[in-house]
Amino acid sequence: MLARTLAAIASGLLFGAGLVVSDMINPARVLAFLDVTGHWDPSLAFVMGGALIPSWLAYRIRGRRAAPAFDDRFHVPANGRLDGALLGGAVLFGLGWGLVGLCPGPAIAALTMGRWEVGLFVVAMLTGMAAYRLTLGRPVSAAR
Amino acid sequence: MSDLNVLWPLSGGVLIGLSAGLYLLTTGRIAGISGLAASAAGLTGMGFSKLGLGFLGGILAGAALAAAFIRRPEIAVTSSVPLLVIAGLLVGFGTRLGSGCTSGHGVCGLARLSPRSLTATLVFMAVAAATVFAVRLVTGGLA
Repeated sequence: MLARTLAAIASGLLFGAGLVVSDMINPARVLAFLDVTGHWDPSLAFVMGGALIPSWLAYRIRGRRAAPAFDDRFHVPANGRLDGALLGGAVLFGLGWGLVGLCPGPAIAALTMGRWEVGLFVVAMLTGMAAYRLTLGRPVSAAR
Repeated sequence: MSDLNVLWPLSGGVLIGLSAGLYLLTTGRIAGISGLAASAAGLTGMGFSKLGLGFLGGILAGAALAAAFIRRPEIAVTSSVPLLVIAGLLVGFGTRLGSGCTSGHGVCGLARLSPRSLTATLVFMAVAAATVFAVRLVTGGLA
């Protein structure tokens, strides 16, 4: 459906601009936020706070809607239980994030800045995703 | 702290939140970049997702436009090949295993008050902070 794809593009535009405006695109900024025992830079707490206001509102609006604008139902997962996969995945992700300061969104946005380091990181990230798919990945994983 | 130091991250954050809200209310889905990247690359077993490709293309264009017209970002990142490869593999595998990253769990999950996402966010934040601390100990840097 074309409207859905256009909505995804529009959402991506806002997201990419937000990463640049907030400077979350810069790994050094992210590492400075994570460096709580050093010269802590609280900027990312404001990014998170700013992001939660409209997204929280949107999820409240969602509660009063039967369906989104361009689909017949919402695909938001039900609140499941905590399990080893969630915790193990969060630990591995945290390790990688802390090592270099790149998480998926900023890594993709930073591809536009022409740095080979970011390109290498993204290739490795996609390889890690493929490795998951080939090992523990279920035949059809939930759309996210 | 000057006003500017707060305004940039706050307004950038609002844009990210608007993105997540728009994506939810139009497509009905969570704006989680790890999931979108995997689906765009055909790594979820459901082909190459148009939504994933659209969102990722939007991120590239949005970042390039903002860098050209609003604020030129600096990208300060390690040049260590082993570090970049290991970190990338961990981020890719970990976000798929844990069903999300900073956007899906951190922004969308917290906004919808998901206990799973809150837990995941606390865990990856704590582990990342501990990793930064450990790296600083090992490298002996005083940051």
